[in-house]
Amino acid sequence: MWNLDRYFKSDSPQYDPTGSAIARARNPWVSGYRKIDDYTIEIANPRSLSYFPGALAYLFFSSPAQFQKTGSWAEFAKAPSGTGPFKITEFKPRVSATLSRNEGYWDPHRVPKLDKMVLFPMPEATTRLAALRSGQVDWIEVPPPDAVPSLKAAGFEIVTNSYPHVWPWVMSFGKPDTPWRDVRVRRAINYCANREGLVTLLNGLAEPAAGVYNKTDPYFGHPKEQYTYDPAKAKALMQEAGYGPDKPVKAKIMISTSGSGQMLPLPMNEYLQQNLKECWFDISFEVVDWGTMLVAIRNPPTAPQTLGADAINISLAHATEFSRFATWFLSTTFPPAGVNWANWKNLEFDALVDEIEKSSDPEEIAANIRKAHEVIVDDAPWLFIVHDRNPRAMTKHVKGFVSAQSWFQDFTRVYME
Amino acid sequence: MWVYIFRRLLYAVPILLGVSLLVFALIHLAPGDVVDMLVPPEVPREVADLLRRRFALDQPLHIQYLAWLGRLLVGDLGISFFTNRPVADELFSALQNTLMLALPAALLGFALGVTLGALAAFNRGTWLDKLFAATAITGVSLPHYWVGIVLVSVFAVIFNALPAQGMGPPGFPASWEQIKPLILPVVTLSLIPMGVISRLVRANVLEMLSHEFVGALHAKGLLSRRVLYHVMKNAAPSALAVMGLQFGYLLAGSILVETVFNWPGSGGLMNLAIFRRDIPVLSATILVLATIFVVINILVDVLQALIDPRMRR
Repeated sequence: MWNLDRYFKSDSPQYDPTGSAIARARNPWVSGYRKIDDYTIEIANPRSLSYFPGALAYLFFSSPAQFQKTGSWAEFAKAPSGTGPFKITEFKPRVSATLSRNEGYWDPHRVPKLDKMVLFPMPEATTRLAALRSGQVDWIEVPPPDAVPSLKAAGFEIVTNSYPHVWPWVMSFGKPDTPWRDVRVRRAINYCANREGLVTLLNGLAEPAAGVYNKTDPYFGHPKEQYTYDPAKAKALMQEAGYGPDKPVKAKIMISTSGSGQMLPLPMNEYLQQNLKECWFDISFEVVDWGTMLVAIRNPPTAPQTLGADAINISLAHATEFSRFATWFLSTTFPPAGVNWANWKNLEFDALVDEIEKSSDPEEIAANIRKAHEVIVDDAPWLFIVHDRNPRAMTKHVKGFVSAQSWFQDFTRVYME
Repeated sequence: MWVYIFRRLLYAVPILLGVSLLVFALIHLAPGDVVDMLVPPEVPREVADLLRRRFALDQPLHIQYLAWLGRLLVGDLGISFFTNRPVADELFSALQNTLMLALPAALLGFALGVTLGALAAFNRGTWLDKLFAATAITGVSLPHYWVGIVLVSVFAVIFNALPAQGMGPPGFPASWEQIKPLILPVVTLSLIPMGVISRLVRANVLEMLSHEFVGALHAKGLLSRRVLYHVMKNAAPSALAVMGLQFGYLLAGSILVETVFNWPGSGGLMNLAIFRRDIPVLSATILVLATIFVVINILVDVLQALIDPRMRR
């Protein structure tokens, strides 16, 4: 109750305005809660939501005792406490954070093998690479793709895994003159994109995307459209839609210079721009900083903040949990109510989500998620480009790490040899 | 002299007020605010608006500015919207880190610049002059972040002699472990001041050498060393002004060099504050740096006046 009050009760002493906004963004379905007894609370949702238990993981719980001891969330951040396998034993803003083994972790089988991990924020990829190559660190996130062959040759390990973190162009349906209204054009661009070429450019740090989920994901389903690089099919669709070499589709795409999940936006988009020319797509870019893009995505596609873009290249987090997937495509989540920036509306999709929300049968839910995904793929409101494979580079002395098919990773099994 | 200093300090007040107003206005030109950066796009609009009210971002701009100015006048730099930490803590920590690089980089750059410039002037037209000119031009022309990356590749990756990134153990750099991490970023940062000062000193010294007093000093039988002293003293004032500016630029921090070497200095702090739309941090950082610039310029003027008595009139 104390932690729920932290997020939902603005007059509680522990109310955390920023934490509340973040928690409620990830989990906007708490319409009320009450204590039943010392071991039971009841949380009310505005409607039936089968995926609510998964979304509960985003309500992070903190120690009331530690909050009382420190007096404020600002002080708590300097001396945090929790119940995880690691505890933060040192924190230097902008320099490092040290995570030490929590010997008293509740699951004795998952007490970390490492004594400690020190995390260094390094925004520049070449700096990370130099730190790894010089032995200053044992592990880096997101090595520069062009360094992958030399890293492998020097005996470093490149660890990746497949998971549903798609890097798309989110097309706008809100503009009156949008070129994307015709489904043939949307399918054509999906058949024209040379994803394998892009993966080669990235030296295998991504994989081709044919939907929101990966092809090997149990939720992928069996959509009619199986997007592969097929420029002949793309051109046929374009010609059916009335386009051709003398009448290309002109579109302005908003892209960022960097940002969370954005991978290497400039070279990747430039590659696509050249690639899509062969199917009569005349693509130009509106290059903005990440903050400007976040403002755009919160506003309707016709708002001035979108700078007239016909699509936005934004990686909208991962789809490992269905609630995220639903918010991007439901017709009730057009901005500012949500993040269906495209303003894409499909009643069949909405109806399937409604059934998923109301069901308590896992098999039925899974079957409907597959159907919902098939609708998305066939109607193609996005250009599905590649999936980020969460790449990491590490020395051969790092053992025991298995890249989970998730944004979140388990470090308890990692050890140094 | 004291009246002069007092007058300069008085002039600084409207200058800094103007800077603060300009900075505050320019920051708000960027689309979005800290709430857009802090919380995911899925946040309900009413929740985001609540947070904006908490940060007083719903107030008219002039009210926000006056409130900020009022706090500033009592020495309160505010709290970071993004980290919830006092701006003073973040800023002075960053400035300290930048000073650790700026001071040795300035000393190295100025020493090399003055030496190369003077040598070039006294060996005018020879291959030495051309060599020093090429060195200076290379220093200002090569992108210094690229030089930094190359230095890291050579000295950290290939030779493993120096660290690739980051600061060493805390405290005044007295031990080798503390000095090691400074070397590559200091050398990188010293290139531009070295180049600029070198070209300026060469031009100034050449101009002084063309004056009649130099011939008169030689005719009086002064040793070359002593003549050199007089020539350099006369060439110093304009070089000092530029040195002051260069030192100010170094203190503002080079975001590119700090990024390459992962050095948590003031350039990186400012860049992060822009990225995060963290107005209290950005406003305070720019104002403090502007104040430092003004103070450095006053000090340079005083130094010039001490060296050249004509400037006291």
